[in-house]
Amino acid sequence: MEKIKELEFEKSLTKFTSAIERLENQQKSTQKDNRLPITKLQQELKEKTKEIYSNITPWQIVQIARHPQRPHTMDYINTIMEDFYELHGDRIHSDDPAIVAGIGKFNSRTIVFVGHQKGKNIEENIAINFGMAHPEGYRKALRVMKLAEKFKFPVITFIDTPGAYPHIQAEERNQALAIAQNLYEMAFLKTPIISIVIGEGGSGGALGIGVSDKILMLEYSIYSVISPEGCASILWKDQKAVEQASQALKLTASDLLKLGLIDVIIPEPLGAAHRNPSEAIKIVGSYIQKHIELLSTIPISEIVNTRYKKYRNIGLVLSEETEE
Amino acid sequence: MFFRKKKYIKLEPKETREIKKELWQKCPECGKLIYEGKLKENFKICPYCGNHFRFKTNEWLSLLIDNKFEEYDANLISGDPLDFKAVKSYTEKIKEEIKSTGLKEALTYGLAKINTFDVILSILDSSFIMGSMGSVVGEKFVRGCEKAIEKKIPFISICGGGGGARMYEGMFSLMQMVKTSQVVGKLKENNILYISILTDPTMGGIAASFAFLGDIIIAEPKALIGFAGPRVIEQTIKQKLPHGFQKSEFLYKHGMIDEIISRDKLKEKIIKILSIFYQ
Ligand SMILES: [Zn+2]
Repeated sequence: MEKIKELEFEKSLTKFTSAIERLENQQKSTQKDNRLPITKLQQELKEKTKEIYSNITPWQIVQIARHPQRPHTMDYINTIMEDFYELHGDRIHSDDPAIVAGIGKFNSRTIVFVGHQKGKNIEENIAINFGMAHPEGYRKALRVMKLAEKFKFPVITFIDTPGAYPHIQAEERNQALAIAQNLYEMAFLKTPIISIVIGEGGSGGALGIGVSDKILMLEYSIYSVISPEGCASILWKDQKAVEQASQALKLTASDLLKLGLIDVIIPEPLGAAHRNPSEAIKIVGSYIQKHIELLSTIPISEIVNTRYKKYRNIGLVLSEETEE
Repeated sequence: MFFRKKKYIKLEPKETREIKKELWQKCPECGKLIYEGKLKENFKICPYCGNHFRFKTNEWLSLLIDNKFEEYDANLISGDPLDFKAVKSYTEKIKEEIKSTGLKEALTYGLAKINTFDVILSILDSSFIMGSMGSVVGEKFVRGCEKAIEKKIPFISICGGGGGARMYEGMFSLMQMVKTSQVVGKLKENNILYISILTDPTMGGIAASFAFLGDIIIAEPKALIGFAGPRVIEQTIKQKLPHGFQKSEFLYKHGMIDEIISRDKLKEKIIKILSIFYQ
């Protein structure tokens, strides 16, 4: 297995992991029985991880959400889907690899999948533009969701993007409209939609595939109207105020659940998804199954009405009389 | 010469300088000084380069309305859903904005008479926290559309939203994009005409929701309109943007808007459109 890249606040775990590694290597080369000390160290590692993760700040969660070794959309699709058939292109301009879309079998049920795709390393990320979509990505997503509607297949969207791509060509092809169109069409799509924030939910670029009947967030994912860096530099005039900005924006899953803006938090394995991707993927799969089943019992007209009302009622508005 | 000029400014008494500042405005486009009275007379359009200075809510009303505007929900004000604490708290910020703009929020809407036509008119004012999309902006926009449906009359929106999102409301702000986009679907269901007028600036979450969903989209000349801010794009591509990028003329060339109309001709154009649809 690839070595886990530890985040700054996880550094105290390194001494355990490297000690374990050393003992394991020694065991292999010298046949010396190290099982006992290894088990002991693993227990200590577990305790220490628990300790670190029980007391974590929003800014640390931002870093976990962006961890390159977190499972990304294709990791989920490759594991939980049978017979995934990827569809390409917006039929007009090009195929945007920053958004993956396709159809396949999930626990023997046909579903449609749409998700931002991030890379594991810099080469992959350059090729797929760090999960930042062009208008073509949103248009491909929409056409595939329309296909789902035609056959009443449930749509699962995976959100994981720093935001829509800020670029000349993206503007020339009307990025703003591409996103607006998706919001407008998804709101009335006559098939169930479940959105899951698996990593970074970056503003309008995330929302562009995020209108849904149920919004789920992984325990250490984030969803925000602006990046903490952007917010810090605008409101604090200081790039280093990311801690405060992350706190103020209420971008963590637990904050957003309290505010009633998401429906469910999906727990992650101890030490977050990057430590145990296969376990994380399994858990997410079970949540998808559960929510598809729940939605499948409700008539589609009711689902669409409920979806409309849900978004219609989001917001805190006071009238002056009530304030006094 | 440069030295003398500097010296001259230094010698100028403070008082006259202040008066000068009041009476003259510098055009941010061409840099020429314009006498303020002249600017007002000219719909706040620069007589030298045609640049449209930003209009405020009451200026839009006097430009477009024929003796009747019945404002709705004027008493709605922002709550503080996140209990947002930055250098300034959101509550403080709102108080300041209310005081400095004379508005209670960035969006004003009501029943308006334009020539012989009854319409619902919604105006987003960029002087109130950049015309950004908070809960009240979203709510009033939606109620405006619902009112147009109830009264079976056209809906006209004037957008001037600089910042797009309102950071202080976090995800509540982002979700207003869905709320204001989906209500446009209700206008469609009910055959209500929606004219969207884009002014300087229409960016981010405002552009990526209701602003670009109009049946007819009109822009003022040289307005900045787009999704990503020009500075963010420059930082990403690490080069200067071409001249005129994300301006109305650029959008027109790329087929994103129906027409560019100078402010002095806007009212007659709106009347013309309404007559074609409804007479
Ligand atoms: Zn000028």
